[in-house]
Amino acid sequence: MRSIDGAVLDLKRLDLLATGDSSIHRLDARAKVLTTFVFIVSVVSFNRYEFTALFPFFIYPVVIASLANLPGGYIIRKISMVIPFAFVVGMLNPLFDRALFFHLGPFAVTGGWISCASIIIRTVLTVGAAVILVAVTGFLSVCQALERLGTPRTFTVQLLFLYRYIFVLTEEGARASRARELRSCGRKGLGLASFGSLIGHLLIRTWLRAERIHMAMLARGFTGEFHSRQVSGFGWRELFYVAGWSALFVALRLENGAQWLGGLVTGLLS
Amino acid sequence: MSHHIVAVKHLQHVYADGTVALQDVNFTIHHGESVAIIGANGAGKSTLLLHLNGYLIPTAGEIRIGDFPLTKKTLPEIRRTVGMVFQDPDDQLFMPTVFDDVAFGPFNLGLPVDEVKQRVRDVLEQVGAAHLQEKPPYHLSGGEKKRVAIATVLSMSPDILVMDEPTSGLDPFARRQLIGLLKDFQHTRIFTSHDLDMVLELCQRTIILHQGVVKADGPTREIFGNEALLAECRLEKPLSMQGCPVCGKGK
Amino acid sequence: MHMADALLSPAVGATMWGVAAGTIAYSSMKVKKDLDERKIPLMGVLGAFIFAAQMINFTIPATGSSGHLGGGLLLAILLGPYAAFLTIASVLVVQSLFFADGGILALGCNIFNLGFFPAFIAYPFIYRKIVGREPSKARLTAAAIIAAVVGLQLGAFSVVLETVASGISSLPFSTFVALMQPIHLAIGIVEGVVTAAVVSFVAVARPEIIRGATESVSLGSLPLRNVFLSFLVATLLTGGVVSWFASENPDGLEWAIAKVTGSEEVTGTEDGVHSMLAGLQEKLAFLPDYSFKENAAPAEEGVAYAGEAKADETARLGTSVAGGVGALLTLVLAFFIGFILKRRQQAA
Repeated sequence: MRSIDGAVLDLKRLDLLATGDSSIHRLDARAKVLTTFVFIVSVVSFNRYEFTALFPFFIYPVVIASLANLPGGYIIRKISMVIPFAFVVGMLNPLFDRALFFHLGPFAVTGGWISCASIIIRTVLTVGAAVILVAVTGFLSVCQALERLGTPRTFTVQLLFLYRYIFVLTEEGARASRARELRSCGRKGLGLASFGSLIGHLLIRTWLRAERIHMAMLARGFTGEFHSRQVSGFGWRELFYVAGWSALFVALRLENGAQWLGGLVTGLLS
Repeated sequence: MSHHIVAVKHLQHVYADGTVALQDVNFTIHHGESVAIIGANGAGKSTLLLHLNGYLIPTAGEIRIGDFPLTKKTLPEIRRTVGMVFQDPDDQLFMPTVFDDVAFGPFNLGLPVDEVKQRVRDVLEQVGAAHLQEKPPYHLSGGEKKRVAIATVLSMSPDILVMDEPTSGLDPFARRQLIGLLKDFQHTRIFTSHDLDMVLELCQRTIILHQGVVKADGPTREIFGNEALLAECRLEKPLSMQGCPVCGKGK
Repeated sequence: MHMADALLSPAVGATMWGVAAGTIAYSSMKVKKDLDERKIPLMGVLGAFIFAAQMINFTIPATGSSGHLGGGLLLAILLGPYAAFLTIASVLVVQSLFFADGGILALGCNIFNLGFFPAFIAYPFIYRKIVGREPSKARLTAAAIIAAVVGLQLGAFSVVLETVASGISSLPFSTFVALMQPIHLAIGIVEGVVTAAVVSFVAVARPEIIRGATESVSLGSLPLRNVFLSFLVATLLTGGVVSWFASENPDGLEWAIAKVTGSEEVTGTEDGVHSMLAGLQEKLAFLPDYSFKENAAPAEEGVAYAGEAKADETARLGTSVAGGVGALLTLVLAFFIGFILKRRQQAA
């Protein structure tokens, strides 16, 4: 379980990255959302034993991260946090899938290990794509893009409200949690009763806050509709971006790029 | 001029659980006045404020804002006329960016996009927050939030500005900035505050609320000079009137 | 409990995305029609509350392990089915985008698994029915526990179905179910107890909140028929699309079994557990039978097959070596390109 403070800092950091200025940042959000979607679908559509074919897909996150000047260390660290979970997800495969594929020296590589490795690579790729999307687009723009792609306004308003108040609520939660910790004299762990009252208090304060926000909304003439100003448009750049990357992903999906390149090299060397 | 007068007559408010928050409140505030409503916690200040833009309905008594009595029909007009700034700016800044928050009111008034954009620019300039236009509220400091919160209300061009504890939570610099800003406003201003020094600087008139009634209503200097009255209402003289802490002169 | 991108096939993922999107659209319409506009800030702020609350752990009595609040049932109690569903969905969106909890393709599955069952099944049909009006603490706790358990069991079962239908994990259905359901039974009980604890606390401290929430939720507008109908449609869709895909993808386990029983390479060292599970799977098989890979034909002549297997193996090894070299090369190439681009950016 991540700590509250850590999580909020993370959110803030990603949010700040999105305010950067680069050719990627300036693209319309819809292009970036669509391309990420095609990327993820391509990666995930491989059958379970494909491993090497996934590697060429790294070109997308790497190129985007570089063009957008994202801090490499931070991105890599964020993605690598997911690897243990991916391993847990995939590790049962070697237990059940004993089909022998080949021997690598003394080590018998079964289908299970290959599919497990495949799962880990998939996870790294899809998580990387998601993180980078948020880092170059910003949550507000993603929500606006979603709305223009057809999401109901009630839902996008909810997303934006939620996001805006996560910072406030996590701070309140952290304060309450810390205060309790300081009074527990080293005894670790929160019993059910104290948890109920801590969360209960937080809930009450949250409910009252909602009332005050509603007051503020009414005070400024709210009648139920949210209005928005126009945002950037979808132009040739965006079309080129989406079409170009999608074509590459489809090509890499149909042909194992790694095999082709490797075959070329080993053929040259032999 | 009858416009922009705030007239409160025999206002009474009893909460659902039986607490009498306001017993019998009477006062009239004229156009351009700068008035402070002070009192102990629980005296009824916040309850009173919430009546001024129609969020709460009086159990008895009447409120008139300008030519309009406060009724359901006149609510939209009254909410445009009375701009209310709450104590916690986080409650007031609920949109994704500063622009969206400041534009919220004008959009609700039905103004066209270009006019809204212009208003937002002007108002942010006025409160000294023009550079914050595209920032999300959680990236702002306390003082910046307060100024933007004021902007969100100013953009509706209110005639009366009501503020609940404007200086609470601000560091000295931000507080000084805010006082400077409020000094320049031409609107009718109504503040509640515990910051009696700010009241002394900004408000010519002070109303003391005590246990749901108006205990005193008059020039600020006069009221702050009456120590017995202040003590009875759980208040003190502002620090700047309490004499020198070093040599004791003026005590 | 979260579904992961890596275990999901595009077919299943897309279907569940469709189901989730449809439910979001329907719920959005319902919430919009709701005259109580206080719900708008309430949904946002309660979503943030759940988000924060999930990061505060408590110790589960008698086990010492730590747990945290899921919140689905609690949200349904406070907001009603439609608003709660939207709130849960929004929290999951933020978690998937920022914390990689489950991934983007799996978002549809997660929104359905974690949102639909507590909001539309557990709350209206179980919690509300048991709790009635002005319940005692015991009744509230019982209602919460049963509702939470049912909601989580259904959710966990969906995860199993989605995973097995995707065919990427080699875990057989029977084992998976045997793993998931008991674990989520325990989680459900804890969730129910915790939810009841929070609700009871608030009911005592601020009864008007709970009363207000209960009254504002009009369940009359939730026709039973519609709920079951949409559920049925979702199941049929998933089953249909999946079986079409399934016929083209061999099941690793069955293929492995065929290889193992037919080949002389592995001489009778079948794990007891392995064969038992294989047998179990055949008995419980409910998915359409997959067709075998062409070179996995169960052999009668052990010797010839062994030869084939060996040839197979070398061929596969060959391609794998090329693939491995290529993979490493592409990785190096990718990072090299990235490096060059970054240098150009900085120079510009």
